[in-house]
Amino acid sequence: MEPLFRNVKELVARAEAEDKLISEIMIEQEMLITDRSREDIMKQMERNLTVMEEAVEKGLKGVHSVSGLTGGDAVLLQAYIETGNSLSGDLLLDAVSKAVATNEVNAAMGTICATPTAGSAGVVPGTLFAVQNKLKPTREQMIRYLFTSGAFGFVVANNASISGAEGGCQAEVGSAAGMAAAAIVEMAGGTPQQSSEAFAITLKNMLGLVCDPVAGLVEVPCVKRNAMGAANSVVAADMALAGVTSRIPCDEVISAMYEIGKSMPSALRETAKGGLAATPTGKWLEAKIFGGAVVGSGQ
Amino acid sequence: MIGPSSSHTAGAARIGRVARDIFGRQPKWARVHLYGSFAETYKGHSTDVAIIGGLLDYDTFDERIKTSFEEAEKLGMTFEFIPETASVEHPNTARIVIGDERSEMSMMGISIGGGKIEITELNGFPLRLSGNHPAILVVHDDRSGCIANVANCLYKYDINIGHMEVSRKEKGDMALMVIEVDQNVDKEVLEELTALPNITQVTRIAD
Repeated sequence: MEPLFRNVKELVARAEAEDKLISEIMIEQEMLITDRSREDIMKQMERNLTVMEEAVEKGLKGVHSVSGLTGGDAVLLQAYIETGNSLSGDLLLDAVSKAVATNEVNAAMGTICATPTAGSAGVVPGTLFAVQNKLKPTREQMIRYLFTSGAFGFVVANNASISGAEGGCQAEVGSAAGMAAAAIVEMAGGTPQQSSEAFAITLKNMLGLVCDPVAGLVEVPCVKRNAMGAANSVVAADMALAGVTSRIPCDEVISAMYEIGKSMPSALRETAKGGLAATPTGKWLEAKIFGGAVVGSGQ
Repeated sequence: MIGPSSSHTAGAARIGRVARDIFGRQPKWARVHLYGSFAETYKGHSTDVAIIGGLLDYDTFDERIKTSFEEAEKLGMTFEFIPETASVEHPNTARIVIGDERSEMSMMGISIGGGKIEITELNGFPLRLSGNHPAILVVHDDRSGCIANVANCLYKYDINIGHMEVSRKEKGDMALMVIEVDQNVDKEVLEELTALPNITQVTRIAD
């Protein structure tokens, strides 16, 4: 079945022509492709929202991964926000702490919702639950936030890649941050075109980001990359809402990301062989965690 | 889904579960060959734990994935993981060989991101199963009428075929139909397909 849009240009054009929100086009597309009712699709997305809320709640109470590499930073950040001394602003840091909370839960093998992947699961909910305090959205608007994110994620997954093993971290956290930026814009009352600009501005600034997890664990640097992805998306959304545009159109930024990913050496695509994973400390941590353990076998 | 990685954990669990689905029962043993990024980082991502979870029929939300090794042991399933150095087309590739006293089966799957997977080979049959649509796999004897019978049955339930591939090893030997459909298929339909002549096995892959 032909989707309602194949790229961001078509998505924005359709939203403008029909005077609809991007989230609405995405809901209609889901109804069309899956042949299910609006109610059914909204309910399913609400379940995702609930999973995200529970993950953030769990992370803010403090979790630690089995390896001991990550955990507890979301708690530190919340305590710091409470002091009222934050320099970057409470909303931004709140987004960062909630993104961290989600990824700390993920690293501890907790339940999360992939947005678009598990390793990049923090950015979309982190930003959502932070801007929520300022924009006071309805429950439906919060669900719509996820559909707007999803519309952009759909384009990236179908025209490029959202896999770190294929395209590096730019494909994961880069995509997640762009998706969040586009959704923030819609929730704040921006136009579909401004959502597209926010996505482009965000992804442009995450191009080239490699996937180099220490010991192959989705912890270092993944948790903090989600933190900075969230910060990036809030700032890019503000820029787009201010009227700043991207000279390179959104779809071309996505193509550039894909091409960069294809030319990345395998050592920098989730093989834990290059980048931070290959630093002396990265190697030391790997040896400490896995030691001389033999290949896992039940025999 | 359960973390930490959608491609290395959730996708891996799905590949395991599809293998289990196709096998049709709990395997007694499993040998899993891992390639590319799977081979390099499977311990960190718990890819091994997730594949075993899938072979135990757990979905990607099932908390039991975390303790799948212990669960497998309780069921008496033995398993081993073999990281391979051979280069493969996709960085996240796994070949799962499973079996019991009755039969064994080999399946190759790739994890393409966000938990989505593709099955690229089954018992030596190359496949192109996108994983984007629900699908039905039909193992059958290479006899005339099989394809027509299956298509008629789907038509009866108003199930539209989006994409279909048929392959066989040798003339008159075992053959495989891979049918991508537009909606998830009910158990009732699977049972009716299984009852058709010359059909060995019918498996579905949900969306």
